[in-house]
Amino acid sequence: MPMKIGAPREVHPQECRVAITPDTAVQLQKLGFSVAIEAGAGEKAHFSDDAYREAGVEIVEDVKALWAESDIVLKVNGPETHPNEAIDETKLLRKGGTLISFIWPAQNPELMEKLAARKATVLAMDSVPRISRAQKADALSSMANVAGYRAVVEASNHFGRFFTGQVTAAGKVPPAKIMIIGAGVAGLAAIGAAGSMGAIVRAFDTRPEVKEQVESMGAEFLMLDFKEEGGGEGGYAKVMSEEFIKAEMELFARQAMEVDIIITTALIPGKPAPKLITEAMVESMQDGSVIVDLAAQQGGNCALCVPGEVVVRHGVTIIGLTDLPSRLATQSSQLYATNLRHLLTDLTPSKDGRIDVNMEDEVIRGATVIKDGEVTWPPPAPKLSAAPPPKKETATAPPVVAEKEEKPKGLVTAILMGIGLLALLGLGSVAPTAFLSHFTVFVLACFVGYMVIWNVTPALHTPLMSVTNAISGIIVIGALLQISSPSGLVAVLAAISILIATVNVFGGFYVTQRMLQMFRK
Amino acid sequence: MTEGVLTTAYIAASVLFILALGGLSNQETARRGNVYGIVGMAIALIATIGGAQVTSYGALGVCMLIGAIAGIFVASRVQMTQMPELVAILHSFVGLAAVLVGFASYLDPNSHFEGPDAQVLKTIHEVEIYLGVLIGAVTFTGSVVAFGKLSARITSKPLALPARHWLNLGLALVCVWLGTIFVGADGHSGLLPLILMTLVAFAFGVHMVMAIGGADMPVVISMLNSYSGWAAAATGFMLSNDLLIVTGALVGSSGAILSYIMCRAMNRKFLAVIAGGFGTAGGATAAAGEQGEVVAISAEETAELLKDAKSVIIVPGYGMAVAQAQHAINDITRKLRDKSVEVRFAIHPVAGRMPGHMNVLLAEAKVPYDIVMEMDEINEDFPETDAVLVIGANDIVNPSAQTDPGSPIAGMPVLEVWKAKTVVVMKRSMATGYAGVQNPLFFEENTRMLFGDAKASVDSILASI
Repeated sequence: MPMKIGAPREVHPQECRVAITPDTAVQLQKLGFSVAIEAGAGEKAHFSDDAYREAGVEIVEDVKALWAESDIVLKVNGPETHPNEAIDETKLLRKGGTLISFIWPAQNPELMEKLAARKATVLAMDSVPRISRAQKADALSSMANVAGYRAVVEASNHFGRFFTGQVTAAGKVPPAKIMIIGAGVAGLAAIGAAGSMGAIVRAFDTRPEVKEQVESMGAEFLMLDFKEEGGGEGGYAKVMSEEFIKAEMELFARQAMEVDIIITTALIPGKPAPKLITEAMVESMQDGSVIVDLAAQQGGNCALCVPGEVVVRHGVTIIGLTDLPSRLATQSSQLYATNLRHLLTDLTPSKDGRIDVNMEDEVIRGATVIKDGEVTWPPPAPKLSAAPPPKKETATAPPVVAEKEEKPKGLVTAILMGIGLLALLGLGSVAPTAFLSHFTVFVLACFVGYMVIWNVTPALHTPLMSVTNAISGIIVIGALLQISSPSGLVAVLAAISILIATVNVFGGFYVTQRMLQMFRK
Repeated sequence: MTEGVLTTAYIAASVLFILALGGLSNQETARRGNVYGIVGMAIALIATIGGAQVTSYGALGVCMLIGAIAGIFVASRVQMTQMPELVAILHSFVGLAAVLVGFASYLDPNSHFEGPDAQVLKTIHEVEIYLGVLIGAVTFTGSVVAFGKLSARITSKPLALPARHWLNLGLALVCVWLGTIFVGADGHSGLLPLILMTLVAFAFGVHMVMAIGGADMPVVISMLNSYSGWAAAATGFMLSNDLLIVTGALVGSSGAILSYIMCRAMNRKFLAVIAGGFGTAGGATAAAGEQGEVVAISAEETAELLKDAKSVIIVPGYGMAVAQAQHAINDITRKLRDKSVEVRFAIHPVAGRMPGHMNVLLAEAKVPYDIVMEMDEINEDFPETDAVLVIGANDIVNPSAQTDPGSPIAGMPVLEVWKAKTVVVMKRSMATGYAGVQNPLFFEENTRMLFGDAKASVDSILASI
């Protein structure tokens, strides 16, 4: 019996996203599931109930019925108290059911307890490990991408000027200067968005390895003249030393005086956001400047940030909105729903509409925070980081070489050499000296050839073959010595040999010359 | 010209030939080396023709003129992609010449032996003739078949006759048996066994190369190169000519070393290649095991990927030669280098159908040779590379050579392209390579497949850069 997947309407205030879109519903059905949503769940993200119906989704009016019927519930935000029904969503989840959503297990121990009490299986989208195989299910990255883009849009909305510089009949417009702190997914998305609007973009990050990525997006990387690596486990940043922070703050203070817009995205996992923009820096900024604080949810990078609100302090607009992905609900729903779909694809290897929470799979193990009522969070450390420190993953399986024949081989060589020696002695005892002198020449020439050929560079192996071809046309000499024979047959044979061997000589040398002409620096 | 002058001329020619081969140790000296070779050949020819033994200048001149014109004509017309065919057919000429010279030497009424060792000398001389003709005949038909396979006139699939090893052994025994009759024969009555042996050797050459698959062609070509050298050396013994012996030995050992290098590059035993039949066994098991999802990519996306990359490595294979894509590749390389993208080429020793084949094609397209790297030089750089472009190569980038001990290509050194950030594989379809082995590279997370004809794909990438 295939499982049923349900997505209720999000109850979090101002949440516009939805966990299933008509597109992903079709694909989920291909995996064998039946799909249902609460009526109006996609409305705020501009997916109408009709669109879902067309995709074969069942529309359920009663939210309680939806929760009760669904084997797997897909959500955006973690369960919270339902405002209309006055009941906690965890109570709505059927006993032993499966829930996939953002959970933030570290911040929400109570929620974890409640879910464990329901004997539920819970997969947290925020706990999907950051390994390359899991990128397709990495909802944090896809949401950060949306947030970074939206941050630029919000900034331009509150900024009184163009981003791009222009020279018009009405006077010259200077381009906006934007500093982006933290070049993670959100930071890079912001760099891209701001750059394509024409602003001058600078970016800073504690991890020097992202310099290339920043520059590849067309922004300038602000270098800090200080040796300390900020790369932590899993490609995230870590807490830096005091001296580093001091140098960093000086840099920000200098930049604050110069730039028009600051977008901060600095987050350290499991810690409050570092305070990077002080009140003094805000004061030093020109009136009309804008700060977008993407770390507002974790307390904000700017000292004056008010989470969830837009405030004006010292003439500077400080945007602390925490629902940026939700403000681009259609796009972020589509991305999030696709992330969920990828995770479910991994969970349903046999495509029979039944999930298999395989704890041997690194991705599934990482995402699963509760398995049948047992808390399985935190998972063991991931094996590989998304942006690995240099030279970490060189430990591949060594090439398989059979070495067991070592000893007999030596013996065989010795025997062969012995036989060869005896054969030579035998030859020497019967062969006349004339032959032996030729034989000496032959053996020496073999060795000379051996020494010379090993030095030939592999790139020139083809010219080597054609030149050896040409010089093996030396066989023409044999024919030349025979052509003057009184025997007509011999002369004819020799003439034919001369003809074809000459083809070799001239053809071989000429084609070698042609090839060697082409090799150039 | 006296005998002494002739000998010194031969010594000079031998030295010049050695210098010619030594010059190939790097690109700067290679051209000078070739000139040494030409000079050496000229000295040898002039000295021989000027010698007392040669009198029929008319016939000689006509033959050499026709040969020279034909040789230069062919050599100037040949496409660089057809080099393996040309080399193969030139090998067959040496083989045929050795056969003819052998016969002529046997029939030559001038050869007679005197003194106490006369009988021994005669026997040795006959053994030399017999060996020279034998090697020459095998080289001749083997090269002709190799030529046919390379120019697609004959299917490149290995021909696997039942009991082919016994057949080979039988043919060899027949040759030995005919040899004993030949050497024991009086006067010219040995001609019949000699002709029979030549026919048997012809058949042996055909059968040997027919049984070898397309992927093993580099080994076959270098092996035939070696044989043509030994044939020349045997002719030298038969005519008591040291220059022929030296040259034959040089060419013979050159071909032997190349064969060894090629075999090592495929982790194959030389005998296993010669015994043939590779690509028929084991393919089924491997093909069934590895399956997965491939991610396709368009030419435009590939162009974006290349433009955004810091460092790019291009891995060409036989498919590039077939599609004649090397010029377009060079244009891409130049454009990317103008955008200060680091572009390099990684050449696997057995890429293509003969040793060094890819280098020649890239050189023809004017790719600077200092960015064309060998496998050992570049294999460690893949982890730091942003994008790898695999063009018409398959087995030489197959990770199962390292990971799957059951794979038919297990232990073969391969280019570790999968360690790069992104790998774009250009391929006509999902068909397996010559070895018939499925390639797990295509199913890697960081691999993108660009399906279609290599030339068309490369051209559209070029248009989008």
